[in-house]
Amino acid sequence: MAQRTRYKRGYNFAFLDESSKKELRRAMLKAVAIPGYQVPFASRELPLAQGWGTGGLQLTMALIGPEDILKVIDQGSDDVVNAVNIRKLLVQTTGVATTEDTQRATLIQTRHRIPEEPLCSWQILVFQVPYPEPLRLVEPSEAKTREMHAEADYSRLWVHLYEDIVRWGEITIGAQYPVMVNGRYLMDPSPIPRWDIPRLHMADHLNLFGAGREKRIYAVPPYTKVEPLEFEDYPFRVEDFRGKSCAACGSTSTFLDELLEETTGKRTYTCSDTSYCAKKRAARD
Amino acid sequence: MAQPEKEGNAVSKEQGPVLQVRGLGKFYGEACPHCINSTGPAWESNICPACGTIVACAEISFALMAGSVLGVVGESGSGKSTLVQCLYFDLAPSTGEAFLGSYVGGKKNIFAASAQEKRLMRNKLMGMVYQNPQQGLNLDFSAGGNIAEKLLMAGCFHVGRIRARAGALLEKTEVPLKRLDHLPRFFSGGMQQRVQIAKALANNPGLVFLDEVTTGLDVSVQAKVLDLIRSLQRELALTIIAVSHDLGVIRLLTDYTLVMKNGRIVEQGLTDQILSDPQHPYTQLLVSSLL
Repeated sequence: MAQRTRYKRGYNFAFLDESSKKELRRAMLKAVAIPGYQVPFASRELPLAQGWGTGGLQLTMALIGPEDILKVIDQGSDDVVNAVNIRKLLVQTTGVATTEDTQRATLIQTRHRIPEEPLCSWQILVFQVPYPEPLRLVEPSEAKTREMHAEADYSRLWVHLYEDIVRWGEITIGAQYPVMVNGRYLMDPSPIPRWDIPRLHMADHLNLFGAGREKRIYAVPPYTKVEPLEFEDYPFRVEDFRGKSCAACGSTSTFLDELLEETTGKRTYTCSDTSYCAKKRAARD
Repeated sequence: MAQPEKEGNAVSKEQGPVLQVRGLGKFYGEACPHCINSTGPAWESNICPACGTIVACAEISFALMAGSVLGVVGESGSGKSTLVQCLYFDLAPSTGEAFLGSYVGGKKNIFAASAQEKRLMRNKLMGMVYQNPQQGLNLDFSAGGNIAEKLLMAGCFHVGRIRARAGALLEKTEVPLKRLDHLPRFFSGGMQQRVQIAKALANNPGLVFLDEVTTGLDVSVQAKVLDLIRSLQRELALTIIAVSHDLGVIRLLTDYTLVMKNGRIVEQGLTDQILSDPQHPYTQLLVSSLL
């Protein structure tokens, strides 16, 4: 057991009670055993509204130990209010050390980004997921989408992509691009940019996805095939940042956020992963 | 990747029947031992007097050779649509087995296959044209998208090839090519039906079901659709099961005919023979009432 002196009295370690954590761990094990499959779980009440990362938070709470080094990011940034609040809650109820350095963290909870620096096999990445069902776009009924998953019947989403190409000349899905996991289950990778999709494929680290409101957990274990849906003559493309670079660190190989200066109308770009950007600047100076 | 253009699923004649059905039956209710013996044309009923079970069809057995057209004729409620819907896996039959020449060499009962295998069979080996195009088409997808659905399910993931194939099919079924990307919701009934036929033929299926395809169309359009089916059948050597209550359609399209009444086959044989020399009283009635 963790030392009770290191975190707030009156709460169990990592807020959740031990039997809830046990249930979550069981669901996670099942999710790892069936890559891409959505495992239902009983989402708990938290001192955080559903839709603000309760799925990811519950996974983190069930995984975290006193020796873990925690990093929490929101759209690549460590300092956004959602990330700060989740980090504060976890620190108050566990007393763990935190870091902004991707390469030091053992456990990373993220919203809508994968950190730029490659992760290693001893690291776990926990995603906050708003809508876990990739077929919801084409089928409103949960009973039907479950059946479609069971039978690997993904033709309707394929037709949707086909019609996209016919109508617009390309697939119009930006973030949250549907992927096939391990050649079997269609998965919603959470609203990460297309830029991050190839970095799920055969990754060294474990990816866990938690949807608190929708009560689903799924996983991409290490060294698992993750393939975006693509047509032979319309291959999958990541965002194009050719000719653009980060205004702060000068990086040309990272996912960039566009900033519009309202007075001058000038567009500038900065790294979406702020800690990576800071690291690069520190190394340069 | 599958190339539906080249990959034909038609089975050659030496390999035995395309489809063999044995003892097919569909009951609604808790079937009892009396169901079979106390329903049928002899009783003028398909409701079991002992347990109230509705025997939609029972003891249906037949074989179908490649390139032939089988007609199923009978009045409303005779079980002909049930039969076809069972074979296309829209309904689960209560009894009987069926063997598809193109599935495990005709050695495995297709009703015993898993849901996933059944879906594959539906998509790759069979085609269906329903009476109501809304059943066979997704009206929220474009005409091309509807055909693409079949091709995508068979593993063709090349937009250019899909569009070429969809265009060729629409041309064959006489739908103007410029309507390829329009929603069939806004098509006329006859044109919807032709899109449905194009969709059913997308993967060169070894077996095509036509469930009352001309019912609900006006007479001139009926004739056009029948003409189309006939020429496609000759051109592509399709194996077809055509369900109709209209003996005219049966006469025009089919080589063999099953006559059904109260869920049973009362007569079967060559269409010409049945029409010119009907044996069963019910068939005689049908033929004599033919306009």
